[in-house]
Order: sequence, then structure tokens, then C-alpha cells
Amino acid sequence: MLELNAGIPEGPVSEAWTKYLDHVKLVGPRNRPSYDVIVVGTGLAGAAAAASLAAQGYKVHVFCFQDSSRRAHSIAAQGGINAPKNYRNDGDSVYRLFYDTQKGGDFRSREANVWRLAEVATGIIDQATAQGVPFAREYGGNVANRSFGGVLVERTFYCRGQTGQQLLLGAYQALQHQVAVGNAVMHPRTEIQDIVNIDGRCRGIVYRCLKTGEIRSMSADAVVLASGGYGNVFFQSTNAFNSNVTAAWRAHKRGAGMANPCMVQIHPTCIPVSGNFQCKLTLMSESLRNDGRVWVPRKEGDTRSPDQIPEAERYYYLEERYPSFGNLVPRDVAARNAKYVCDDGLGIGGRKQVYLDFSDAIKERGHQVIAERYGNLFDMYEEITTESPYQVPMRIFPAVHYCMGGLWVDYGLMTNIPGLWAIGEANFSDHGANRLGASSMMQCLADGYFVLPQTICSDLHDLYRQKVTTEHPEFAKAEADVKDRIHWLMSRQGSRTPMSIHKELGEVMWDYCGMARTADGLQQAMSKIDDLRDAFENDMIVPGSADGTNQALERAGRLGDFLELGHLMCRDAYERNESCGCHFREEHQTDDGEVVRDDENCSHVSVWEWKGKDQPHELTKEALSFDTLPLMTRSYK
Amino acid sequence: MRIKLHIWRQNGPQAKGDFEVHQLDDVDEDMSFLEMLDVLNEEIIESGGDPVTFDSDCREGICGACSCVINGRPHGPGHKSTTCQIRMRSFNDGDEIWIEPFRSRGFPVVKDLMVDREAFDRIIRAGGFISVHSGPKPDANDIPIPHRIAEEAMDAAECIGCGACVAACPNGSAMLFTGAKVSHLGLLPQGQPERVSRVKSMVDQMDDEGFGACTNYAECQDACPKGISIRFIGRMNRDYLKASLCEPEKVQGQLKGH
Repeated sequence: MLELNAGIPEGPVSEAWTKYLDHVKLVGPRNRPSYDVIVVGTGLAGAAAAASLAAQGYKVHVFCFQDSSRRAHSIAAQGGINAPKNYRNDGDSVYRLFYDTQKGGDFRSREANVWRLAEVATGIIDQATAQGVPFAREYGGNVANRSFGGVLVERTFYCRGQTGQQLLLGAYQALQHQVAVGNAVMHPRTEIQDIVNIDGRCRGIVYRCLKTGEIRSMSADAVVLASGGYGNVFFQSTNAFNSNVTAAWRAHKRGAGMANPCMVQIHPTCIPVSGNFQCKLTLMSESLRNDGRVWVPRKEGDTRSPDQIPEAERYYYLEERYPSFGNLVPRDVAARNAKYVCDDGLGIGGRKQVYLDFSDAIKERGHQVIAERYGNLFDMYEEITTESPYQVPMRIFPAVHYCMGGLWVDYGLMTNIPGLWAIGEANFSDHGANRLGASSMMQCLADGYFVLPQTICSDLHDLYRQKVTTEHPEFAKAEADVKDRIHWLMSRQGSRTPMSIHKELGEVMWDYCGMARTADGLQQAMSKIDDLRDAFENDMIVPGSADGTNQALERAGRLGDFLELGHLMCRDAYERNESCGCHFREEHQTDDGEVVRDDENCSHVSVWEWKGKDQPHELTKEALSFDTLPLMTRSYK
Repeated sequence: MRIKLHIWRQNGPQAKGDFEVHQLDDVDEDMSFLEMLDVLNEEIIESGGDPVTFDSDCREGICGACSCVINGRPHGPGHKSTTCQIRMRSFNDGDEIWIEPFRSRGFPVVKDLMVDREAFDRIIRAGGFISVHSGPKPDANDIPIPHRIAEEAMDAAECIGCGACVAACPNGSAMLFTGAKVSHLGLLPQGQPERVSRVKSMVDQMDDEGFGACTNYAECQDACPKGISIRFIGRMNRDYLKASLCEPEKVQGQLKGH
């Protein structure tokens, strides 16, 4: 059993963060330069944390597998970032954002973390503005807002359809500034292979230089994993080609608990799959649902072009089923309903796709307004499909997008291994069973700019003068393990490529652990994954050499971790015997297909402990409490 | 579709490279260009060969990782698109396609089609930021920014740092990249305090990296996947001229934040 103590300050959640800050032990400015901090990953969370810690004076080493830290996948986030600024005077507040996030997550997140997120969110907008992030402005010069799914206020800030790009560049530039000052050092084109624990504390990492193939170690006083989500376990997803779970998973195998791994968000508006060679699915921002109307023909097998289908013969299923939220229901609800109408045979052309139609919005607001709001998304869509959304409705279908699950962390964002921290999508803490749109960037930047830089000192302050170097024998041992594993991978000379096995894993995950899950299906999936692990071990081929750039070797290494993770996700989905948010167990639903939670038995975080190869994981439950917002049935009708 | 590929193979920064020929007989026209290379690599691995190394990540045209020169053009035949956004329907059955890495002194080849663009990071490091620490800041609405200025700044800020501008320029100039960042920050009120020192040190760093100067070919603008305009080069030149008229000590002092 894992010993889990979230360490939430006692008292009302609205005062918890202030209380924490008032009592956390600090590290003085003169002492900070003597502490080394490793940050793995340079997305919004990693870059923001690295820049903030370096600016405080810590010595920060930053690792990323890309050639430049500016390329982390946060850059692809499109729609926006939430903050309860109440600029629109429409009743927004910290409580409202807390309420929406907690309800949107279907009551499977920690209240105190969610409250803190809502509390610090306004500061992110001010921080980014000060860095020169060009948020969209109204004609009077004030910052503009739009609305996102699952909420009744306009609190989303945006930079055209490239909000993630601009926020990431803000954090990236702040980090590069710190590199120039000398407080941060970049290690691009490196991939973490293992973490090193000494006397129960994380004291460093082993990594591979992707250009030379060298295996190296680095010691530190704290290691921060900001390595993102594991959506690529599904092979086809909206994640970047190289996004992977390796850093988090290797930490998990060294003792870090993995929390709620089955909680994966399927994004409702992506461009449908067009061929079997495809791994990357392109997302169309949720912001499009502000102006786009989702519909399918009412008649099964209707082959007419959309403009030939009269209004009465169109099924605007979200507007009809959810009159108060309409097209802006949360992602899990929108995705599931797209699946339902397609399962009923109403998908366009008999395929798995539905319309997202802008003709009414263009009529109402004019071409120019729509172009200004979504121009780049429309261009991107046209580039891929050859159809212009200005002329014909978009065709969309759900795709894997975001992982709510991740490494277990306490209130301060430290994992159960002292000295090892997890921030951003890599941790599990804030989104419960479903994340609301425009909340991931909010959480990443909250963690990176405002939470971790305040909490990391709590663990550092008494470490002074207890330096460990890479001369310690544990580093040599970990390096030897890594070299053995790479040697083992290189000696695979079977017939199947890593990508072909990965693709098959993805199909199993999508079919059995995707938008709808059953106990029986999940058991089948686990046994299928066992077969794939067998193929991985006995029939895979890895070309080339380990001494230099070898992308197939990188992929094979990541695949091994995905196979183990996929198995655990199915187990977690199997053990969570309820439906909640994105986790939809067919056994637990209402007559009209809404989720049915089991609050009595399932109001907990499932935290899994690695017990060794071929040993089943062990489950520890962290009970959740609902003192501020009582449990209620989520309804968007 | 049948396609004949001539792909640049080079085993390291110092190694001699050459074109290698591959024939693909069953290319789907809806495939992206990089998916076509994925399929090729699967075939190469299965037949015991060494797959082609190339950079790519987001595969939706925003991370700036992909970087090939296709038939002599950075990012290939598209208009305002990256290599990962090119679809095979841009080519015809029976076409021969020549694929090379971005070529520039500032972008050393790592292997095959993969290059390093850390020079761009060093240009940003020289001044492509606004020096603020994390923490409480004035409200975002305290300084109104006219819609037009915010949009103009955004036009410049859209740069994805891919390096196509350098690869397209006969002089190997990085002035579109540098000009875009100088303009993005220089347009905004928040960027004014460091405007002079920023342009000076970024341009100096750009020169130190071995990138050439602009002689108005405008090839960069044509190749840019985000359609960034060369008017930002003009803007940077004006800022640089103003900065040159300032006393050097003052400029230096600003850079160090004193």
C-alpha cells in the first residue's frame, strides 16, 4: 500500500492556499543558487516552472526531446485559457470557476486543488500580458473574451486560434531570458530514461542524448516532471507525434503512484480519420462550438448534400437534448452524443462523422467576423479536407485528446517520492473525470508560474549541504539498467516494426477503453495487450544502431512503456465500477444514455503502485471529500 | 499514385551526403507528406534497411519542427503551409520528388533531413523577451491596447520558428524571423522599455550566427508557412537605425537591466 497524504491545510478550501503560503518554509535568496532543480519537459507547465524557479535564483537544468524548447506540444492548444476576471460583467467569480470545474470533472477531483486553480487563474492573464502575449482586444483596447463548453459565462481569453502558441512563446521567452542570465541551462534533444532514488529521495535522472546516443546522468535536489499526457497510447490522437509517457512511467516504476490512468478525454470536434496510415488526428478548437451548430440528417442513409437538407430534416441533437447549454455542453457529453447518433446510423454518408455548421453564424455576424475568430482553423481544415467551412459544414468526429489521469501528487504537487514533482498534464490533480475546455493551459500555467515556485521550497529548505553527485553508486546502477534495456531493444530482430505494434495497441485501446467501456471488453483488452507485449518482446525489429540518432529505437522504447500503461488503464477502468465524466461504463447509464456515478463506493482517486514486471499493480484509494460543493447529478439540460 | 523519391541521406554533421532513390507504388492522395515518409520508413525497416531520419512533432503546422526542402522549396508546394500539412494530392501520379534538409550555415545537419535550429534560440536569448518575473502584475486591462496594434503584433507573433525563411533566402538571412520577434514585442506597450536594447542585441546575435543580410528578394515571405510579411523586416531596420543612434553604454545598460 502506498502512503498517501495530500497535505491539504485544514479549514475551508477557500483559505487553504493562503494558509499554505503563510506557513511554507522558505529558502532565502542567497541560498537558492546552491540548489539544482531538473525540469523535464518545456510545455506550458515546464517552461513556466523553469523560468520562474530560475528567476528566483535556483540553478535549473531543462530537458526536452525537441531541438528547441519552443516546440513542446502545448504550442498546439488552440482555443483559449479561462480566468474568472468577470470582464464581461456576467456574474463570474472564483467560486463560479471552481463550481464549473468541479462539476465539469464530475466530482472526481480534489476540491482544494480546484479552488486554488480558480484562485490563481486571474494572475495568469496579467502575467502573460506583461510578457507581451498579444491577447485579442476589443476596439476600446480591452481584452476580449469568448465562451467555452460547460459554462454560462464568457471567461475565455484567446489569441486567434493560437492561444497555446502565444502563451507557450511567452513562457519560452521568459525561460530563454533566464538562460541568457545564466540561471537556466537547456538540454535539447535529450530523453529521460530513468529517475534515481537515493535513501528514498529522488536525486536525479539518467538520460539519453538523442543526437549521439550517449547515456548520461545528472544529480539534483529536486526533479520536476512536466512531461505531458499519455494520449498517444491510443496511437491515433491529437497529441504530437513524439508525445510519450516514458518520463512519468519510468518514475512510476521507481515508486511513484499513477492516479486515475483510465480518465482520458475524447475531444468531440476533430477531423475524422481518413486512412489507416494515419496516427495524427487534427483537432478543431472547441471555441468553434460558440458559432457552429452540430447536426446530422434525421433520416438514416441520407445522401443529399447538406445545403439540400431542409431545416426540419436536420437533427440538431445537442440543442434538442440540452436546451440550456446547447452546442456548448462539456466535451464528454458532446463526444458521447456524436457516438450515439453515429451508432444509430445517422453519421454523414453512413460514416462516423457529424456536421459542424457555420452558415447561420456567417449569415448573422458576417464573413469577416467569423474569419477573424476562426480564420486559421478554417484554413487548416480546408488544407486537410479540401472543403471550405465558409461554403460547406465541417465534418467532425471525436478523438483522444487529453489525459486527466497522471502521476499522483499532494497539494504541493510533489509525488509520493520526496523530491520528485509532477506538474501540468503529467499529474492528475485538477480535472477529475473530465476537463472543461480552456482549462488545461490554465492548470499548466498555474502550476508552473504560481504553485510549484511557492511549494518546492517546502521540501528544499532542509536539504542544504546534503549534496549528492553522480559519483554515487545508485547512478552507475541506473545507467547500467538503461544501457541493458537499450541493448535489449537493439537486439530485437523479429519481423514487426515498433509502429505496427503501437498501432494495434491503439486499436485495442480505442475499441475497449475509449468512449464506451464494459467489464467484459476491458478484460478482453487486457489479454489482447498481453499478446501485444509478447509480440513486442519476441517479434519486434529495431533497425540501425544505438550510437547516434535512431528514431525507431526511440519509438520502441516509448512503446514498451505504452504497453504497460495501456494494460493498467484497462485495469483501472475495470475496477472503477461506475460511470463518471469521460469514463463511461455501459453498465452504468440512465435510460437516455447519461452517466450514473456510484458516489458511495467510487468517490476516490485510484492510485496504482508498480509491484514489478509480471506482477499485478496494487491499488490504494485516496478518499475525496465534498465539503464546499455538495455532490449533485451533473445535468446540462 | 506512383511516386519516385530522391531523398538526401547524410550520416552526421561532418559526413558526406547524397541522394538515395526510393519508389513507392501505392500512395494514397489523402496522405500527408510525412505519413508518406512514415509508410516508406516502415517498408525500409521491414526490409532490414536504415529508415530516413526527419523531424516532425505536432503534425498540424504549429510546432515548427518539420523542415524539409521539397523540390527546391522549403515546406514544399503548398501556400502558407508546413511540410506536415502538405498532402500527396499536391503531386501527380508518376512524379519525381526531391527531398533535402534546410540548408544554411546556421542550421547544421544532424542526420538525413534533420537539422538543428538552436541558433534561433540564441537569437531569442539575446533579447527576444520582456524581462518580467513571475508574480502579481498589473491588471491586463490597465494598459488598453488598440485592436489594430494587438492584431498587428499577433501577425508578427505567429512565427513558428521553423527556419523556412532562412532556407528560402539566397543570402541565408534570418531577418524575417528576427524582424517578426522584434516587431511583435516592439509594437506592444509592454515591450517599450527594452525596445532599443532588444533590436540591437538580437541583430548582433543574428550576425554572429552566420546568417546573411536582407537584400529584398522576399523569398522568405513567400516560403513562410504563417505568411509573415517582410514589412516587419523594414520595421526592424528602422528600429535598428534608431538604436544605433543611441549611446552604446546606454543600450548596454538597458540590456543588463540596470
